[in-house]
Amino acid sequence: MSQYSAFGLLRGALNGQKHWQPAWRDPEPKSHYDIIIIGGGGHGLATAYYLAKVHGLKNIAVLEKGWIGGGNTGRNTTIVRSNYRLKPLHDLFEFGLKMWEHLSDELNYNVMFSPRGAMFLGHSDADMTKLAERGDAMRCDGIDVDLMTRDEVQKLEPLLDMSRSARFPIEGGLIQRRGGTARHDAVAWGYARGADSLGVDIIQKCEVTGFVRDGDAVVGVETTRGRINAGRVGICVAGHSGYVAGLAGLKLPVESQTLQAMVTEGVKPMINSVIMSQSLHCYISQSDKGGIVFGGDPDNWPSYAQRGNPMVMERAVAQGLALVPALSRLRMVRTWSGVTDMSFDGAPIIGETPVKNLFLNGGWCYGGFKATPASGWTYAHTLATGKPHALNAPFALDRFERGATIDETGSGPMPNSR
Amino acid sequence: MMQFTCPHCGPRDQAEFIYERTADAVVSLDAAPEEAMKSLFTRNNPRGVDEEIWRHTYGCRAWMVIARNRVTNEISATRAVGPEALP
Ligand SMILES: Cc1cc2nc3c(=O)[nH]c(=O)nc-3n(C[C@H](O)[C@H](O)[C@H](O)COP(=O)(O)OP(=O)(O)OC[C@H]3O[C@@H](n4cnc5c(N)ncnc54)[C@H](O)[C@@H]3O)c2cc1C
Ligand SMILES: [Zn+2]
Repeated sequence: MSQYSAFGLLRGALNGQKHWQPAWRDPEPKSHYDIIIIGGGGHGLATAYYLAKVHGLKNIAVLEKGWIGGGNTGRNTTIVRSNYRLKPLHDLFEFGLKMWEHLSDELNYNVMFSPRGAMFLGHSDADMTKLAERGDAMRCDGIDVDLMTRDEVQKLEPLLDMSRSARFPIEGGLIQRRGGTARHDAVAWGYARGADSLGVDIIQKCEVTGFVRDGDAVVGVETTRGRINAGRVGICVAGHSGYVAGLAGLKLPVESQTLQAMVTEGVKPMINSVIMSQSLHCYISQSDKGGIVFGGDPDNWPSYAQRGNPMVMERAVAQGLALVPALSRLRMVRTWSGVTDMSFDGAPIIGETPVKNLFLNGGWCYGGFKATPASGWTYAHTLATGKPHALNAPFALDRFERGATIDETGSGPMPNSR
Repeated sequence: MMQFTCPHCGPRDQAEFIYERTADAVVSLDAAPEEAMKSLFTRNNPRGVDEEIWRHTYGCRAWMVIARNRVTNEISATRAVGPEALP
């Protein structure tokens, strides 16, 4: 793999940029791999990359039914942060955030990580108490975060409606300054290029349609491009976790729901940070192209449709406009949605399954993009060694029956925790 | 938006309804702990038809079971539940 560099670009400028090579190969599937990863999203590709890079494994394939990054990796609002209250969550996400800070260098690929600050708004005394509690929990574990006064919030985001008559009055906030956004496609492409250069076969247009069993063990997969044998198989298919695990006879603690996002026409810089309100559930940021990106609650019923309901879109936009009235002048140019696997405590699942040689990485709800590097790192460890990494041990699939759920919001067994 | 046919009120916009859970996710009062665990925490979650419990919250407030395809949103059956459904 040739290194990308400013010097290479300059040299290319002299000979018409004719030196560019495809960033990864398009190989035919082999008949056997030591490890097969199902799903070529950011998580699957990162897993393959760390399997090859950190664990030195050579014979690995990523099977993707469509094109890499075409799932939630390419559909999310790209918010990266580690400001969770519960220890297992903030430990995992903070490990990931530290990786984001060096990811462009690590991959020699610009993932455009932009730590512009991730800010939660507090709309009442009760909100501020909750934010302080979360902040304290993080600081106890050495993760930076600051409680903000009303004035500090206003200074950072002058366009917020701070009036006392605002629909959603703002009392203060909680900011993680190292949080921000990244370029979603680049994350998939960067990991794909890195993994490919280490010998990983990335096989697109290859849907897994079944598992090959030998007794109680999985020994391969059936695909739209034929049967492929495998030592170990790792599911990493986000919204399709329930379906794919079902092919192996498993019934998961997840329900698939649609999550939408939308973006306006591009304008000059007007939103400086990532503004989030968890009491409303609305998040707003401005992309590097200038578009204002909106997200909100999922369509709160099961769906694999990958297209959203205008009713839910309207709610997210109404909240956004109430917070930043100036946005009402903008035209929305695109809306889209992804299928997310909502777990029953709102936390992900990374680990082994009751089926031998079959592993699961899923249940990321609407928050898995930020975890991409950490998810890949820990899942690679689990697939290589057959054992959990300390960071993903709490996220085992059997935690539900053990009563050890990781319920950030304390909302009980419902697939719509925040 | 989808349109549901409430057994009591007739065709209404989905905005009047709230999704509760799947029909198989109701824990019976005498369920053994493992059964209760399965009903509370796991779902078939099919990429196809499943039976779902919805409530006509902003209408007659009755519960109903709706068989819906989760890819196409096609509704194949609706039936009332609870005392209302009794003859
Ligand atoms: C609208 C929206 C906004 C979001 N916003 C944020 C955010 O701001 N911050 C954040 O942290 N997270 C966010 N998320 C969540 C985040 O996008 C996901 O958690 C994360 O991208 C999941 O990554 P992944 O690689 O596991 O999944 P994906 O990128 O979805 O990859 C899974 C892949 O598996 C493939 N696949 C499925 N079935 C099969 C099969 N049978 N055989 C082969 N391949 C298969 C799919 O085609 C897909 O490419 C958002 C999600 C959505 C939808
Ligand atoms: Zn009714």
